[in-house]
Parts: sequence; C-alpha cells; structure tokens
Amino acid sequence: MKLKGRDIISLKDFSREEIDHVLKMAQAMEPLAESRSNMLHGRILATLFFEPSTRTRLSFESAMHRLGGTSIGFAEAGIASVKKGENLADTIRVVENYADVIVVRHPLEGAARLAAEFANVPIINGGSGAEEHPTQALLDLYTVVKERGTIDGLNIALVGDLRYGRTVHSLAYALSLYDVNLILVSPSMLRMRREVLDAIEEKIRVAEKATLDEIIDDVDVLYVTRIQKERFPEPAEYAKVRGSYQVDLKLLERAKQSMIILHPLPRVDEIAVEVDDTHHARYFQQVWNGIVTRMAILSMVLGKNG
Amino acid sequence: MDEKTLRVSKIRDGTVIDHITGGHALDVVKILGITGRTDGIVLIALNVFSEQLNTKDIVKIEGRELKPEEVDKIALLAPYASINIIRDYKIVDKKRVKLPDVIKGIVKCGNPACISNSNEPVQPKFYVRSQQPMMIRCHYCRYIMEKQDILKQF
Repeated sequence: MKLKGRDIISLKDFSREEIDHVLKMAQAMEPLAESRSNMLHGRILATLFFEPSTRTRLSFESAMHRLGGTSIGFAEAGIASVKKGENLADTIRVVENYADVIVVRHPLEGAARLAAEFANVPIINGGSGAEEHPTQALLDLYTVVKERGTIDGLNIALVGDLRYGRTVHSLAYALSLYDVNLILVSPSMLRMRREVLDAIEEKIRVAEKATLDEIIDDVDVLYVTRIQKERFPEPAEYAKVRGSYQVDLKLLERAKQSMIILHPLPRVDEIAVEVDDTHHARYFQQVWNGIVTRMAILSMVLGKNG
Repeated sequence: MDEKTLRVSKIRDGTVIDHITGGHALDVVKILGITGRTDGIVLIALNVFSEQLNTKDIVKIEGRELKPEEVDKIALLAPYASINIIRDYKIVDKKRVKLPDVIKGIVKCGNPACISNSNEPVQPKFYVRSQQPMMIRCHYCRYIMEKQDILKQF
C-alpha cells in the first residue's frame, strides 16, 4: 500500500486498510524513534502554524529530526506575509518551493483541503479550526491498538466538547470503519456535529448520552476532551454541567479494570490529577505514540516507507 | 392546463416557471431577486392542482428570459420545475431544471468559519447530499446546508 504523495486532510478520505497500514508502520517506527535514522536525510518539512500549538508542531518536528530530516516554519499568525494580507493559497504556493512536505494548522475549517488544492507537495492537516485533526486521531488509534491489542469489539466513549473538538471529529470518522460501540457524552449544546453523525451513524452503533455516570461501567476506552468555558453563553450554565464530565477516582471505582483513559491534551481539570497515577491513565503515553505515528506518516507520504 | 384550471393569464414575452413544488413559488421569486418594484408583470399562482405533484406553483415573468445560472438557482429550491421561454405568446424553448451533482459559485457556505468565506481565490463548491429535503455539503468544511440556509442568501 503506497501513501507516497498523499495529502492527509481528513480521516473520512481513508479506508480501514489504509489506517491499519499507518498503525502498522507506526509500530515499526518505535525502534527508529529511539535509535534515530537517516531515512529522510536531506528532506525538509515546513510547519505552517497559523494558530498557536505546542504539541503538534513539536511532535512533527521531533518526528522529522528523528528520521534525519530538517524542519522550517512559523508558529503564530502574526508572521509578516499574513499581516500584509496574504491569503493561504499564496502562502502555500510560495512555501512549497522551500519544503518537501507541509503541515498546516489554520483557524478556519476546510483550510487544509484548500491548501492541498494549491500545493504540489503533500499537505498534512495539523488541525483545521474546529473541523478535523487527523494525525491526532491516528495516534489515538495507535495508542488503543498498543494498549488493547485491537480496536474491534471495544466500547469507546468520546466525552466533552464534541461540537468544537476537532480531534473527536477525526476520531469518529476513523472509528466508524471498525466494529465498535461508540458512545458520545456531552452537554446538549456541545453535541457531536451533524455532518459527522450523518457520516458515521449508518456504519456503526452510536449512542448519545448526557453524563459520564450513565456509561462508566461499560466503557473500554474513555476519550476525554476539554470543555471550554467560552463555549457557554452564561458562566452559570458552564458551572452547572462541568461536574458531569469530570473524571476522578470516585468515578473510576465503577470502571472496568482494563479501561484506559485518553486525552489529546492540554488537560485543565476534566481529569483530576489524582487519576494520573492509576493504571487507567494513558494520556502521557499518547505523546510518545504521536511521535512514532507522525514518523510513519512523514516517511510514507515522502515515499520512503510502506 | 384547460380553461377550468387556468387562473393566470398568458404572457407575451418572458419566462414561465412551471411545476414548482407547491408552496415554493415565493422562494423562487426571492431567489431570482424579483421584488415587484420594477415595470414587468409577474404572475404567481400558488397551490394549483397538478397530477404529477398534487399541487404545484407557477411563476410567469413578463419581459425576462432566465439565464442558465438563474435556472441552476431554481433547481436548488424546486428540483422538478420546468422553464418555458415565451416569445410572442409561443413557447420557443422548454427545459427541465436539473440539479447538478456539484454546485459551484451559486451560494456561499453557511459556516462562517469555512475557509471558502475568507479571502481565498476559490469558488464555494457543494455536493448534493439529498434533493428532498434539499441538503448540500460544502466541499471545503463539509458543513451541511439546508433550504433555509440557502434562502437566507437571496
């Protein structure tokens, strides 16, 4: 299976076989991430981050450097060309001359798809507004496979802001290709977007729930996301619902022993710090898994692997 | 249409839009930017009996022949409509509207956070998700627009 030259825009564009292949390649990258490699020697990655980011940008750069490549880029929207009013299409047509592959994070939805239409080098979506974050979802899936050995047959709950959380959109598209029970847990005003539900409901069993309490006993993978206070018109409404989506030791008393908790980070208070030391917590392992998954993606789109 | 059911008079030159889904004539008028504050006669018949559609609406516009892009707009709201171009009381051209699979440039994406609404050199592009009820999906951000979202733009 070849992903050479492929844009990574949305997981909706991927087949199960392709995702499984990426996960297999990620596993193969584990020793190289430790020992380093020259697989991408001479290759240049451009990271164009029009929105602040810590993890995704550093993770991609670390992945590139571990494979012997180099990286260039910027990390805020205040860069000269944008301040002068340059549009994304022009920025892409310039930067593609500087690099062999481009990672774009942009505040607007559909930005990565537009970038791919103007680029001759592969575009990787590093987060497009509230729409998608496909490489985060791939590393999440890799974490599930690494921890549980399989994705099929699991009860997977996505919790928190399902409307504006880009990672859960990509993850839901990908999970709809597997034999899973998907449980969506959110306040009603932050329910999963209609376009995502529209695409996944005919493929897998989806249940929407209002509180963690209702589902915690049956869950195999608990994927927690941050609920931002700013999403609520009234602070009182936020205060009213936040407790229903917080994971703490008391809640975990009822969880399966084998249940794992994932989080795309940054975490604020939706997972109590006391949970970090339990065997359920896997969110810091996800960070490492992000590096190997992105090593796999970079090597594959640059035609050096699988 | 026989004498018993003909309730609107013929026009001399212009366009007759027939077989509009019952109750949608006013939307069609709106989408064509017809305000009634110009000289030309506009005849609107609502909820006329139709064997094919049960009820249908008809719009007759004197002195204006619709352009192809205007016909495409009508297809968004009235997918079964037919367009008759009239000259000197006679039909000189008759066509059914046809909703293309891909709609380009007619409407903007209803998602304010969509990249196609910013300063980029692209036309908004949509795929038809369903004709009844009308639902189109943005090529860029995948946002699904319904008839009401489309109507807001005209």
